[in-house]
Amino acid sequence: MTQFLQLTVYGLANGAVLALAALGFVLIYKATNVINFAQGEFLLVGAYAFYSGFVLLQLPALLAVALGVVVAVALGVTIERLVLRPLIGREPIAILMVTIGLSAVLKAVVQIAYGTTPRTMPRLLPGGSVEILGAVIPVDRLVAIAVAGVVLAGFSAFFRWSRHGVAMRAVADDPQAALTQGISVTRISALAWAMAATSAVAGGVLIADIAEVSQNLAGFGLIVFPVVILGGLDSVPGTILGGFVIGLVSQYADGVSPGASQVVPYVVLVVILLVRPYGLFGQPRIERV
Amino acid sequence: MIVPLATGIHHTSYASELALRNTRGEKARLGLGILALGALPFLLDSYWLSVVNAIGIAAIGAIGLNILVGFTGQISLGQGGFLAVGAFTSALLSGRAGVPIPVAIAAAVVVTAIGGVIAGLPALRLKGLYLAIATLGSQEIIEFVIRRWRWLTGGQGFLEAPPLGVLGWHVQRATFERTWYWVILGAAALGAAAARNVFRTALGRSFMAVRDHEVAASTIGVNVTRAKLGAFALSSGYVGLAGALTAHYSGTVSWERFTREVSVLYLGMIIVGGLGSIAGSIYGAAFLLLLPPLLSALADAVRTTAPFLADQLPALQVAAVGLVIMLFLIFEPRGLDRLWRRVRDYFGSWPFRY
Repeated sequence: MTQFLQLTVYGLANGAVLALAALGFVLIYKATNVINFAQGEFLLVGAYAFYSGFVLLQLPALLAVALGVVVAVALGVTIERLVLRPLIGREPIAILMVTIGLSAVLKAVVQIAYGTTPRTMPRLLPGGSVEILGAVIPVDRLVAIAVAGVVLAGFSAFFRWSRHGVAMRAVADDPQAALTQGISVTRISALAWAMAATSAVAGGVLIADIAEVSQNLAGFGLIVFPVVILGGLDSVPGTILGGFVIGLVSQYADGVSPGASQVVPYVVLVVILLVRPYGLFGQPRIERV
Repeated sequence: MIVPLATGIHHTSYASELALRNTRGEKARLGLGILALGALPFLLDSYWLSVVNAIGIAAIGAIGLNILVGFTGQISLGQGGFLAVGAFTSALLSGRAGVPIPVAIAAAVVVTAIGGVIAGLPALRLKGLYLAIATLGSQEIIEFVIRRWRWLTGGQGFLEAPPLGVLGWHVQRATFERTWYWVILGAAALGAAAARNVFRTALGRSFMAVRDHEVAASTIGVNVTRAKLGAFALSSGYVGLAGALTAHYSGTVSWERFTREVSVLYLGMIIVGGLGSIAGSIYGAAFLLLLPPLLSALADAVRTTAPFLADQLPALQVAAVGLVIMLFLIFEPRGLDRLWRRVRDYFGSWPFRY
């Protein structure tokens, strides 16, 4: 029972971070219908940008975050302008492969700049652990859940109430109709890429703080697929739920048989795609055959 | 997709209409190509011959992937997984069960084709990016199985595949690369010719009809289910052959050769070479597999003046492949095959524009 509780809290914490990592992915998909295979590399760039500011330049944490955001926005806008805009209206394989190519380039650039050895960073989140109902829970996981919750709530509110959020949904729904309403589709899509990169800074810093700053961060780009497919590709609440479910399922799977967490999310992915391809909360409009 | 044909040809017999090459230029280039391929093993040292052999095997796999992605429009990120199925099947059958190697390779082709049909089942319900994600799931599951299933490798993490041999004859160490060159060349040439001809049959054309418009295809009587699963089977058969050849060529089979990065590399090959083009698959395989060794040769050459290149070689090789894929998608989405056609047409009608 104690083990169960412990697994549950770890699962929730991982799930919160997963949801945060997946958020940028959903943002881009919602606004531009692009599936971004480079999301993991965005986390990588965000984490290394923060690391450069915080450790290498000795900036205060808040300034380092600001630096990370500036880098992320510049990166997002540049990518949208140079890479994605020439491919508007092209077939899915072109979009897919261009983001995969992008991920290889970004990863290599980070590797050239920082090498492959993991970097350690002074802890930002409080260490120590608390005991809840007999299970030992590190405090940083709880803080991670809280931070992820705040960021995710902020993004949900953005899509629901802000002008830009609504415009983004309009563009995702029908770019031509959005154009006739005076919405600049290109600007919205640049905004989406910038925001996705920014959310990756938050995700990257959190993950890097719990683990370490290394190339392995990019692996999170892959695990977001089960998360977003489960929740529904275009749904922010779905992403949050998907993150928690995948986080919990992975932890329980590891509890039953260590290492199983590497495959169980993908089994869930394939099953969901076969049974309910638009996920739990997505709009059921994907083309079925 | 419109294939530009040479003009001014009119056929007077069925045989001439069936010919793959009609003009003198096409026949001359074919002859030159055969000459070059025949001379290659005598001109290259064994290092570069091993690169060529790797290209040959990759070309078979790329043709397979192109049948699925370029000709049928079903995106697959599961190439690495299928290569693994072919490699492990052949290595297990020949190494552990003692089946003769040619039979083991043939069995690998069949088993991989069946595996492809199973992995292709989601394609009956999913399209485009959703299918790509589903095949990514298959890739991860296969990769996990070959990493963790201890029975497969007997607990040592890799599996030994016996060297190529038929009825007591074996590949000799001294002429290893050269013998393999002829084997791989034969397999690749047969595979390319077969694939080229499949797309002149009803089955192959039904693949293309499904790619261009599924609903339209089904209204004119194409059985979409059959076309899709057929494409998965045929494609996986090629990939299984490539996997089995890799196994016996390299002697050991381990999961590192069949990761997601491999799937991506193969997709890169067919994009760089040209989606929906058999010749393009070969160009693409050659281009992307020559890029890393050429880069490393360049880095060696300028080691004193630009040590940066040599220091960062692995990262630069990854970046170069990614960058090439992006540049082709943005500037020449039909790939090298289209580029070559444009060059040919330009000089064919020179000095006129057309």
